[in-house]
Amino acid sequence: MAEAPPGARARPLSPHTTIWRWHITMAASILNRVAGVALYLGLLIVAGWALALASGPDAYGAYTGRLGSLVGRVILFGVSVALFFHMANGVRHFAWDLGRGFAPKTADATAWGSFAFAIVAAVALWTVALTNGAL
Amino acid sequence: MAGYRTPLGHARGLGSAKHGVGHFIGQRVSAFALLGLTIWGAWSAVSVVAGGYVGARFWLASPINAALITLLVVTGFYHARLGMQVVVEDYIERKFTRTVLLILNTFVAAGGAMLAAVCLLKVAFGGGAL
Repeated sequence: MAEAPPGARARPLSPHTTIWRWHITMAASILNRVAGVALYLGLLIVAGWALALASGPDAYGAYTGRLGSLVGRVILFGVSVALFFHMANGVRHFAWDLGRGFAPKTADATAWGSFAFAIVAAVALWTVALTNGAL
Repeated sequence: MAGYRTPLGHARGLGSAKHGVGHFIGQRVSAFALLGLTIWGAWSAVSVVAGGYVGARFWLASPINAALITLLVVTGFYHARLGMQVVVEDYIERKFTRTVLLILNTFVAAGGAMLAAVCLLKVAFGGGAL
């Protein structure tokens, strides 16, 4: 960004997050970014898993042991919620790219839908994992 | 005399750099691929975790599984690099810090993708042997 010349009059800024009333579409937009950053961490966890698997049974046991701890499970559950939210919100973006879904009521409904899908899909996945003996 | 012109004067009339569209398309095409790949990946993770070390190596011995998981990780890091680039560009104003973070982002994503691919293929080519 170019520097303002010295002595320039302070110019009005566009409205920022601090003066907006929180709205569901705004929350979905911001959390989509947060989820994306969380999934970067999730990918590094998968890369670490691949390294552990290629390094032998001891390394694999140590790695999955850490992932299976309480802290590890909380992180993994968070990553799964982030994945399903980012996925659902990404589908919203596909619709927007096609010029659809911009009506305020539609945008509100799909934002709520994305949050609901994230929770339901993550809980469903972990329920299957629990009954499957994966945990 | 370029030195006497304002930053706006430099840029005015030049149009866009015409590079943004590559980022836009790359992000969406990789997102579309990841939609299917991550659903498969999340579903597969449940059975792979249940099988322990031996089960995971056996699972990766399947060429389909090896191809899809490698594709998932490489496409994922590509998509993540593009996304993180936008985050850095939006929030980091100081040019030096921003440049360092952008390069770091590329290195971490490329390194993570390469490391994961080599590890996955090493196990896959080993035929799941212990």
